[in-house]
Amino acid sequence: MTTLVIAEHDNKQLKPATLNAVAAAQKMGGDIHILVAGSGAQDVAAQAAKAVGVASVLLADAAHLQDGLAENVAEQVLAVAGDYSHIVFPATASGKNVAPRVAAKLDVAQISDITAVDSADTFERPIYAGNAIAIVQSSDEKKVITVRVTSFDAVAAEGGNAEVKTVDAVADSGLSSFVGREVAKNDRPELTAATVVVSGGRGMGSAENFKLLEPLADKLGAALGASRAAVDAGFAPNDWQVGQTGKIVAPQLYVAIGISGAIQHLAGMKDSKVIVAVNKDPEAPIFGVADYGLVADLFTAVPELEKAI
Amino acid sequence: MKVLVPVKRVVDYNVKVRVKSDQSGVDIANVKMSMNPFDEIAVEEATRLKEAGTATEIIAVSCGVAQCQETLRTAMAIGADRAALVQTDVELQPLAVAKLLKAVAEKEQVNLVILGKQAIDDDANQTGQMLAALLGWPQATFASKVVIEGENAKVTREVDGGLETISVKLPAIITTDLRLNEPRYVTLPNIMKAKKKQLDTLTPEELGVDVTPRIKTLKVSEPPSRKAGIKVADVAALVDKLKNEAKVI
Repeated sequence: MTTLVIAEHDNKQLKPATLNAVAAAQKMGGDIHILVAGSGAQDVAAQAAKAVGVASVLLADAAHLQDGLAENVAEQVLAVAGDYSHIVFPATASGKNVAPRVAAKLDVAQISDITAVDSADTFERPIYAGNAIAIVQSSDEKKVITVRVTSFDAVAAEGGNAEVKTVDAVADSGLSSFVGREVAKNDRPELTAATVVVSGGRGMGSAENFKLLEPLADKLGAALGASRAAVDAGFAPNDWQVGQTGKIVAPQLYVAIGISGAIQHLAGMKDSKVIVAVNKDPEAPIFGVADYGLVADLFTAVPELEKAI
Repeated sequence: MKVLVPVKRVVDYNVKVRVKSDQSGVDIANVKMSMNPFDEIAVEEATRLKEAGTATEIIAVSCGVAQCQETLRTAMAIGADRAALVQTDVELQPLAVAKLLKAVAEKEQVNLVILGKQAIDDDANQTGQMLAALLGWPQATFASKVVIEGENAKVTREVDGGLETISVKLPAIITTDLRLNEPRYVTLPNIMKAKKKQLDTLTPEELGVDVTPRIKTLKVSEPPSRKAGIKVADVAALVDKLKNEAKVI
């Protein structure tokens, strides 16, 4: 029994989500190999080889693997999939994009966004926006799985000593091509990895007012998040969205400001260790999950809070 | 260009579901059902492509129990020209649905399939990608903008850290993200017109697809509930609690 973990990276850096996926793979038992599919990604392979618990790193390097196009990456995974009992992806945008394509080609069901490993074939996953937890058992010979990264503590990035093997890259499918990328400018911690998250909702009122959260986030060393209402209203960029259809976060401290707490939002943050809510409506559902609630106007409470910390 | 739009009947997004006391699943008897919100966006996008003269015909398809007909009528009220229901009482999982959709897509000779990125009941986010794999077509998932340019579709996708744009060769699969469009409200005259539109019923057997579930649900339970919190009087009290009680700052 051997598990293949598909590395998440940008051809230069191994993304931390990979280390969480390795941690989940350890619970499935057996050796763990990592596949790095990319272009000029030797550094990524070297970083993956240092991760604790990794037995071997496979590097597939070709120009058409550079941008993570699903058709090419899925073919690359299939090309090496032969001997593995488990194929594991972090449940990131790229993991979710590729994993089902691999599963369908192998004619196996895929298990999405697992939050716990009960045994090599039994897993826990949230359904209905996190309002229920299902324990599911796969009867397929190969398991294709995506892992909710916030549910598993990452393995150490240093300390391992795996060998890096180069594998043949598959041919370009020619079905799709990469056009361009618009990276949101962000010098704060990454939302899904931050230990503190400060999020704003519709109650912020405008994109200008959203800036009110910045000094507070700076003081706390926090990432900024947003509810769907705030994103749809144009107050915040869409990759800040926390919720069922956005990012899933589980920081030490989550500060929800002007967020009512719709179930779709709660699905993205209710595993946070401590939740603080600031809202002027004492009936807002967010107070049902908040450890500490403050019923107050955010426009006076936020600057006060920033000064007091 | 013929467009296929798969739609799913799910528990309405405003309903807070309850786990059954025997832990066999979620209680969906007598709760409000609606079209999966991402699928509404898919139907809307197909309709806009037709209004722009790009699409010639829109076929809505749903897989599941007889009541899915209501979901298909809604799709036709938004703008689908006709509909097909693949009727079965078996619990359908994404791989089975993808196989059914492949059979329908081939039967109808479509050039584009637009699906929602995920259904809000099983939260799987798989069917579109699986369908693309089975058909051997390219995929553009989590789309926030779609431009059809001749033999290609240029699609802007929502990814971690921002947006990326890819170009896929038609025929192709697109899955919708929330910001692709704002679905229109269905009007009463359109609901009436939708009742007259053609709705065919098929079965998995007719399509030659084995829909046996591959994943067995052993148990469904309530998520661990959070300990009831407290309301604090003012900012000073809040900061004090965070520093001395929770010790998170």
